[in-house]
Amino acid sequence: MKQDIILAGVGGQGILSIAFVIDNAALAEGLQFKQAEVHGMAQRGGAVQSHLRLSDGRIWSDLIPKGAADMILSVEPLEALRYFDYLKPDGIVVTSSTPYKNIPDYPELDKILAAVGKAKRSVIVDSEKLAKEAGTSKAQNIVMLGAASPFLALREATLRSLVETLFKPRGPAMVEANLKAFGLGRAAASV
Amino acid sequence: MSRQVLLGDEAVALGAVHAGLAAAYSYPGTPASEIMEYLIGLAAKDGGFKAVWSVNEKVAYEEALGASFAGRRAMVSFKHVGLNVAADPFMNSAMTGANGGLVVVSADDPGMHSSQNEQDSRFYAQFAQIVCFEPSDHQECYDMTREAFDVSEKLKLPVLIRLVTRLSHSRSSVEVREPRAKNDLHMGDWKDWTLLPANARRRLTVLIGQQAEMVRLSEASPANPLTLNGKSRSLGVIASGIAANYFREAVGTGDAAPSFLKVSTYPLPEALIRRLVDHVETVLVLEDGYPLIEKTLRGLFGVPGKKITGRLTGAVPASGELSPDIVRKALGLAPLPAHGLSDIPLANRPPQLCVGCPHADTFKALNKAREGRPGSVVFSDIGCYTLGALPPYSAIQSCVCMGASIGMARGASDVGVRPAVSVIGDSTFAHSGITPLLGAAAADVDMTVIILDNATTAMTGGQPSYGAGEKLLRLVEGLGVAKDHLRTIEPLPKNHETNVRIIAEEMDHRGLSVIVSVRECIQESRKRRS
Repeated sequence: MKQDIILAGVGGQGILSIAFVIDNAALAEGLQFKQAEVHGMAQRGGAVQSHLRLSDGRIWSDLIPKGAADMILSVEPLEALRYFDYLKPDGIVVTSSTPYKNIPDYPELDKILAAVGKAKRSVIVDSEKLAKEAGTSKAQNIVMLGAASPFLALREATLRSLVETLFKPRGPAMVEANLKAFGLGRAAASV
Repeated sequence: MSRQVLLGDEAVALGAVHAGLAAAYSYPGTPASEIMEYLIGLAAKDGGFKAVWSVNEKVAYEEALGASFAGRRAMVSFKHVGLNVAADPFMNSAMTGANGGLVVVSADDPGMHSSQNEQDSRFYAQFAQIVCFEPSDHQECYDMTREAFDVSEKLKLPVLIRLVTRLSHSRSSVEVREPRAKNDLHMGDWKDWTLLPANARRRLTVLIGQQAEMVRLSEASPANPLTLNGKSRSLGVIASGIAANYFREAVGTGDAAPSFLKVSTYPLPEALIRRLVDHVETVLVLEDGYPLIEKTLRGLFGVPGKKITGRLTGAVPASGELSPDIVRKALGLAPLPAHGLSDIPLANRPPQLCVGCPHADTFKALNKAREGRPGSVVFSDIGCYTLGALPPYSAIQSCVCMGASIGMARGASDVGVRPAVSVIGDSTFAHSGITPLLGAAAADVDMTVIILDNATTAMTGGQPSYGAGEKLLRLVEGLGVAKDHLRTIEPLPKNHETNVRIIAEEMDHRGLSVIVSVRECIQESRKRRS
């Protein structure tokens, strides 16, 4: 088993929280993983990506070669498109449809979503709406994790328990909201 | 034995603690900051060792050196250009030697993700004639750091660990072992540590005499595995650090893989390199940094009868970070089939100042004050405010190294630039802005220094700043800056007109002015309130 995932978003959208859950779920299930992330100057409001590799065997490179990614998981639609050259021809794209517009030349959203739809397999989720429904607009990243979960090589229960671990320090209301966000994302992807 | 999820930086930190670390020092800098962040977290939880953010890298190095003199194990860590700042004690510590184990971690930034150059710290180890370790994965980060302390105490010399961004900031699981106890206090011999010429000459002879032993250590190290392909003599590959991962990613470990030497320790394992070179016709050298191995191997005249390829021949790009794709190509392998980019233009999303950042208001006022003063030049320094170079601010004209803005503004002023302006953050000022300002104040140089006091080291994640607030004002005054021309402003939109006036007045003053622009970093103020 081997699964290569590009996590994408904008600095501050919480893709490292998604990575935390997947990394630790992999550890709990006895898988190897490597996860390269972006810190520092590259992070301030800029495009952020993380290469996350799961395997039951040895993983060599921290970076995914172009054409090797099984999945692009993005919290922002333009950011999903940015890494299409990493995607396998039959790879899946799971992305939010909620744009993060902090640049003047942001392309038209319809065109972006149409381009995402050209991937062999794609799941587009309104993460903003579902996060609000779950109780906090901050949970868009966990909505997207939920939306990706049916396609991940990890058990739903393991992922859920790590969402719990992640938000426990912030109190039971945050745990509940994020578990709900996970569930809503998962349901939206399974339709 | 247990498994832990760690960044490469954190694996180094934990390796040091388990090796019996007594004290660690650092100055923040991407990609090395997480080493000290992690150590501070561990020290707060379990205690037992010092973990300190120092005022700059030179000071950090000297603090670690003092701990080593006293026989305790010490580590100093910083980004690659931090080693430039610490180069003086670093080079001389190879002369004094180490008493307690002394490990120097320098995190390079190939590709310049967050740096002004991509200098390769392995050359520093070579320059100082000490041992260098170059881990390729998280387990090696942990294991080699532990081993580095052993080697340091065996050779009585500092040992350098070279990291790269991609490993520093990658996360994986690491098998950790039982910690060992710390050393007791036992002082170094003053004759070794007092580098008067007579002592220094003796010490250099000792250091040179140790070189052969270092090469033998490299040749015997299991971290430098050599595999010769008995069926093929055409291509052999030498790869160091994480470049070895990209090689294995491309060719795997099967019988068809070319002959291969992984290099993780320096000085170079000469005998192993000779065996590989003897076995093949062409040697491809893969290094995520400058071509140190390739250049050494090639020398001035090359290796007779052999073809050496790598960065110097164009087989690998001459600069920039390596990737699995670059290495595939260098090995003559076709790219993997990929989905391909869409035809929509991908608008760039460059890093930018946060909404509500105090620097933005300072830059707006500075830009306004510069209108009508066409000769003005703004020399900047290193921090979040370096983003002021980009639109919409386009407010600064230089960024060279920590503290450079003040010295450069003085030099420009000395030769006729008016107004010459320096922009520097409070942490960078404490790091290396105080000394140039002391000199400029003594000469009352016609220049305007704007210190952006946001009370933190913001770009690297909010580490402490040692010269902020009232203390900063007293410090600047104590350097000899005239009280009349030491002004403070509060960078807020509502103060824009006042701030423009104050900056303009001081630009027009024919002497030294310092304007301290005081408002807390917006990220830090949020953290404090939540």
